[in-house]
Amino acid sequence: MKRINIITGHYGSGKTEFAINYALKLKEKFGSAVICDMDIVNPYFRTFDASGELSDSGVRVIAPEYAGTNLDLPSLPSDILSVFSNKDTPAVLDVGGDEDGAIALGQYYPYLKDEDYEMFFVINGKRPDTSNADDIIKLANEIQYASRCRITALVNNTNLSYISTPADLAESFELVDEVSKKMNLPIKYVSATPEILSQTDSKGVEKFPLKLFMQLPFDAFA
Amino acid sequence: MGDKVLMKGNEALAEAAIRAGCRHFFGYPITPQTEVSAYMAKKMPKIGGTFLQAESEVSAINMVYGAGGAGVRVMTSSSSPGISLKQEGISYIAGADVPCVIVNIVRGGPGLGGIQPAQSDYFQATKGGGHGDYHLVVLAPSSIQEMVDLTSDAFDIGDKYRCPVMIMGDGMLGQMMEPVEFKDTDASSLPEKEWATSGTGMKRKKNVINSLFIEASELEDLVLERQKRYDEICKNEVRYEAVDVEDADIVLVAYGTTSRIAKTAMAKAKEKGYKVGIIRPITLWPFPFEAFEKALSKNTDKTFLAVEMSMGQMVEDVRLAVNGRANVEFFGRTGGIVPTPKEILAKIEEIGGAK
Repeated sequence: MKRINIITGHYGSGKTEFAINYALKLKEKFGSAVICDMDIVNPYFRTFDASGELSDSGVRVIAPEYAGTNLDLPSLPSDILSVFSNKDTPAVLDVGGDEDGAIALGQYYPYLKDEDYEMFFVINGKRPDTSNADDIIKLANEIQYASRCRITALVNNTNLSYISTPADLAESFELVDEVSKKMNLPIKYVSATPEILSQTDSKGVEKFPLKLFMQLPFDAFA
Repeated sequence: MGDKVLMKGNEALAEAAIRAGCRHFFGYPITPQTEVSAYMAKKMPKIGGTFLQAESEVSAINMVYGAGGAGVRVMTSSSSPGISLKQEGISYIAGADVPCVIVNIVRGGPGLGGIQPAQSDYFQATKGGGHGDYHLVVLAPSSIQEMVDLTSDAFDIGDKYRCPVMIMGDGMLGQMMEPVEFKDTDASSLPEKEWATSGTGMKRKKNVINSLFIEASELEDLVLERQKRYDEICKNEVRYEAVDVEDADIVLVAYGTTSRIAKTAMAKAKEKGYKVGIIRPITLWPFPFEAFEKALSKNTDKTFLAVEMSMGQMVEDVRLAVNGRANVEFFGRTGGIVPTPKEILAKIEEIGGAK
C-alpha cells in the first residue's frame, strides 16, 4: 500500500465506498490515515456523509467546508495541501466521478508529480456507461487527461447495489481483464461485500472486502 | 434489454424518456436534477435528438411548448425554483392542449431553499401552480425502477389526453442509485396527432396551437371539453398502492422516498403489535380517493397518518378523502431533512398508545 492513494472512476462505480474502506485499512496498517472528500460533483452520498464513523475510527476527514450543506459550491479546502506536507500520514483522495470530478484533482498535479502515488480506477461493469472495455478505457483516459495524473491500478467493484450476486461479479472478470490488458494496468483488487467475496473465485486477484457506509434513509431501522 | 443495470435516478429517468421516443429536451441545470440534463446532453446528439440548454427555465418551457405543439415527444426537467419559473409556460401548454413531460426533482423551499430532498411542491404540482382552470397529471415514483416505468407512461398519458404530465420525485430519488431494468414499450395504440403543427403538406387545413380566445364562449367551450378529458383521466389513470389498509388501526399515507421510509417504520411497528397499513399515492393528481374508501370499508375507527417532507400539503387531500369519517394526523420534516423510520415509529406509538 502506498502513502498517497487516489480513487477515481465513473460515478456510481462505488469509488466512495472503496475510498472509505481503504482509508480504514490504511489506519489499521499504519496507525494513522487521512481521507479527502474531493467530490465537487455529487451533492449527496459522499465521503463526508461517513465523517462520524471515520473520525470514530481515527481517520481524519478533510472535506469541502460546505459539504452536506445547502451551499452547492465546487470549492476544495486548503487543508488538502497538508496531505503533501505531512509525509508521515497515509492518505486517500476520493475524487468525484468522471472527468468532471477529475478536474479538481488536476490542481494538485505539481505536488503529485514527485510522489510515488497509487491511482485506482474503480470499475462497475453493471453501470451502463462502463459495461464494455472501449467505454471504460475512454473514460479512464478522460480522467487521466483532466487530472494530469496516471492511473496505476484497476479495482473491479462490479455490483448491482442491494441485489448483487456473486454471479454478477464473476461475469465481470472477462471485461476487467480486457481493460487490464489493453491499458497495461494491473487489477489490484476485486471488491465487494464479504458475503459475495466468500463465494467468489477471484482468480488470484486480492479480495478487498467492503463494509458499506452509504445508506439510504429507508435501508435499515436506525 | 432485460438485463439489470445500476443507475442514478436522474440518469435512469433520462434514459427512460429516450426509450419512450423523446428526442427533444430543453432544460437548464439545477441541483439535485442536473444529471437529467447532463445525460441528455451526452446522449441526444448520438441519436439524432435535440438537447438544448436554454438561457433560463422560462425559455426552456416555451421551447417545450413549441416542440410539443409540433407533435414530437418532448421533455424538460428542473428542481423546485426552476419549476416555479416554468409555471407561466405550463399554464400556456395546458391551455393549448399540448402534451409534454415536465420533471420536478424537488428540493427544499420556498425561495432558493436548499439542495436537499423535499416534497414541499405538492401544492404547486397538484393545485395549479400556473393560472387558469387546468390540471397536471402528477406521477410520483418511489423507486428508480418505478421512475423508469412511469416515464414511459407519462408520455403515453400526455399523448392520449393532450395534456402536460409531471413526474415528481424528491432529491433522494434523483440522486440515489438502484438496479433497474428497461422494458420494451409500445406506443402504437396511441391516437395520431392530427392537431399538431407539423406542416399541412398542402393536404389539410392548417392547425393552430394557441391559448388565446377572442370570444368568451369559445374559451368556455374549450375549458368544458378539457374538463371532460380530466374526468376521463380521473376515471382511468388513478394509481396507488394500498397494503393492509382494511384491518389497520393506523393507515400511513406517504409517497415517493417518504413512502419507503414509512414502510420500514410500518414493518417495525407490526413487530411491536400495531396494526398498520399504508396508502401510497402514485398519482398525486388525480388523487387516489378510492384507496381511502377501501381503507374505510370495514370500519372507520382508525387514524390516517400523512407523512411528508413538507409542513403538511398532501394531508389536505387526505382530509378530503377521509371527509370527517376518521381521524387524520400529520408528521413531517422539512427544509431538506429526510424523516427517519424511528421518528415515524414514534408517531405511530403516540397515536396507537403503549403496547
